[in-house]
Amino acid sequence: MMVENWNKLSPEEKFEERFKSWMNPDITFASDKAKENYQQITQDWKDALALKNKRVRSLLNVGFYPAKYAEGITCEDIMYDYNKLGEAWKKFHFDFQPENIMSSFIIGSGKVLEILDYQLYQWPGQGVDKNSGYQTLEKEYVKGDEYDKLINDPSGFWMRHYMPRIFGSLKGWANMDPFTDILELPNVGAHMIPVGIPDVQESFKKYLEAGQEALNWISAVAEIDNEIVSQLGVPHIVQGISKAPFDSLGDTLRGTRPILLDIFRRPEKLQKAMDALVPLMIDMGVRSSTQNNNPFVFIPLHKGADGFLSREDFKKYYWPSLKAVMLGLIEEGLVPYLFVEGSYNERVDILNDPDLPSGKVFYLFDDTDMVKAKKALGERFCIAGNVSASMLNVGTPQKVEENVKRLIEDVGKEGFVLSHGVALDDANADNLKAMLEATRKYGQ
Amino acid sequence: MLEDFKKALINMEEEEALDLAEKMLQQGEDPLKILDATKNAVETVGKKYEEGEYFMPELLMTGEILNQVTEKVKPHLEEKQAEEGAQKLGKVLIGTVKGDIHDIGKNIVIFMLDINGFEVKDIGEDVPPENFVEEIKNFQPDVVGMSALLTMAFDAMKETVEAINNAGLGDNVKTIIGGAPVNDEVVEYTGADGWAKNAVEAVSVLKNWVKEG
Repeated sequence: MMVENWNKLSPEEKFEERFKSWMNPDITFASDKAKENYQQITQDWKDALALKNKRVRSLLNVGFYPAKYAEGITCEDIMYDYNKLGEAWKKFHFDFQPENIMSSFIIGSGKVLEILDYQLYQWPGQGVDKNSGYQTLEKEYVKGDEYDKLINDPSGFWMRHYMPRIFGSLKGWANMDPFTDILELPNVGAHMIPVGIPDVQESFKKYLEAGQEALNWISAVAEIDNEIVSQLGVPHIVQGISKAPFDSLGDTLRGTRPILLDIFRRPEKLQKAMDALVPLMIDMGVRSSTQNNNPFVFIPLHKGADGFLSREDFKKYYWPSLKAVMLGLIEEGLVPYLFVEGSYNERVDILNDPDLPSGKVFYLFDDTDMVKAKKALGERFCIAGNVSASMLNVGTPQKVEENVKRLIEDVGKEGFVLSHGVALDDANADNLKAMLEATRKYGQ
Repeated sequence: MLEDFKKALINMEEEEALDLAEKMLQQGEDPLKILDATKNAVETVGKKYEEGEYFMPELLMTGEILNQVTEKVKPHLEEKQAEEGAQKLGKVLIGTVKGDIHDIGKNIVIFMLDINGFEVKDIGEDVPPENFVEEIKNFQPDVVGMSALLTMAFDAMKETVEAINNAGLGDNVKTIIGGAPVNDEVVEYTGADGWAKNAVEAVSVLKNWVKEG
């Protein structure tokens, strides 16, 4: 995708290049119809960002539901048996015919996690029931007095402190010295000494083994995804990924409770750590999107929702570093795709930040009132929402259809994408079909 | 000094509040008075939370200070005094249902119920229906609260309500469910007696229930 003079292009030119490339992927479509479908959908998405789409498209974010839907396949199966992953994933997409594909990448490989002895999550068959999805095991993996170490050398901190804690198999890495010691000839010998320690050697062996398994897994994922894209002619929306620095720290490093207490106990360190993470989060988003030839960068928002922080704390601690990440991505021609989890009824106006260029952010709302969201953001940004996951689970097709109809009436078609709340781990198939059909019917 | 101590607690000044508590104890202040002031301050924090002025960070910090103050005061109390508790509004058993290990929402609800005068027993996360039943038999609560963040857990809530009814305990307790994805439809699906959108609502629902007796 990268054109020769990439670095000389303006953000707008980069944006155009990225979309051109996404809309004309290097893939052989199974039929002309599939190709046409792909081009129409991607054009509609581009138009929707510019608030001039003629029809409303639907967007599915799928979790473990394909395993539930395919009879006789468990959540555990699709994390370990890549054939079953393919079976479930294809059945789901071919039966429901959604207007986007959710990459089967999202499920992850239980084998890779097991080789690494991953401690941070429980997953089906490993701590949670074989029919449940994976769940984070929150802990204070990084202590409050370790902020300076993290700020001064993030990668070194990850390798020598964080990873030995979250991966049982990589405990040995705690014995390693920083790479930055390697300067002159005598440093080289000194640096290599700990690498000879049996624990460290054992850790590297596991690391290599996990890498080999990851290649097996990603080959399977690519094959599954490509077949779906080729047959149905539907694009990926979620491939590039990044996070809000406050969530990066709060979700999997410090933990919810510690990070919220840090606001009182060590606010300066918290700010500095978030500043240190901003360039890393931009780089992560740019790399993952570019590798996948996708103009969107998915950013799931967690701890900024109503109920977590006051408006003042949101503006002070959550939003500035997130905005810096978004601006960095936009500068590279990318579209931050914020998945606004929970409800933002009390703070959705803050998302309409004047520093953000119009048409260059996409917001998906989970539980926020869409009329409020439209009012706050609708003149400048494309928004999506929000048949609730609860309704898809326990509602009726008729209720779902009414809900879709009302959403499209309330929000209007331009700059709107019809979607649902949190990722689908479970649903009633008739309800899900009703959602997709109603979007086609009322979104025309 | 009691007033300053209360103010420090309400304003989230952790070190100041602990210093003052320490000083008062050294100067021979009645430990019950310190506990009273603490309770008072925590209630004010709860009120500010209900009114939307305070949020999760403030509740968590208050919990931290509260625990530390209690630890400091405890050795100064006679055994009898420590046991003397105010009359409780009612007994609540609460847990996150099977298949779900999320605890933050549940813990906030426990905090708010506690400062509002309920006796709460937390039975943890990923709790299977049969454990709920067993705990009900032992603790004999007025209300059973079930928490979940995952839509996958709706079935576990439903099974838990059924297990309670099958064990013949349905007439003794009322069931309430909560968690981000819970709404009216989910209540109907699970067969629970009620639901609450957040901790503040949970308190008011439960207060009504115990009033009705």
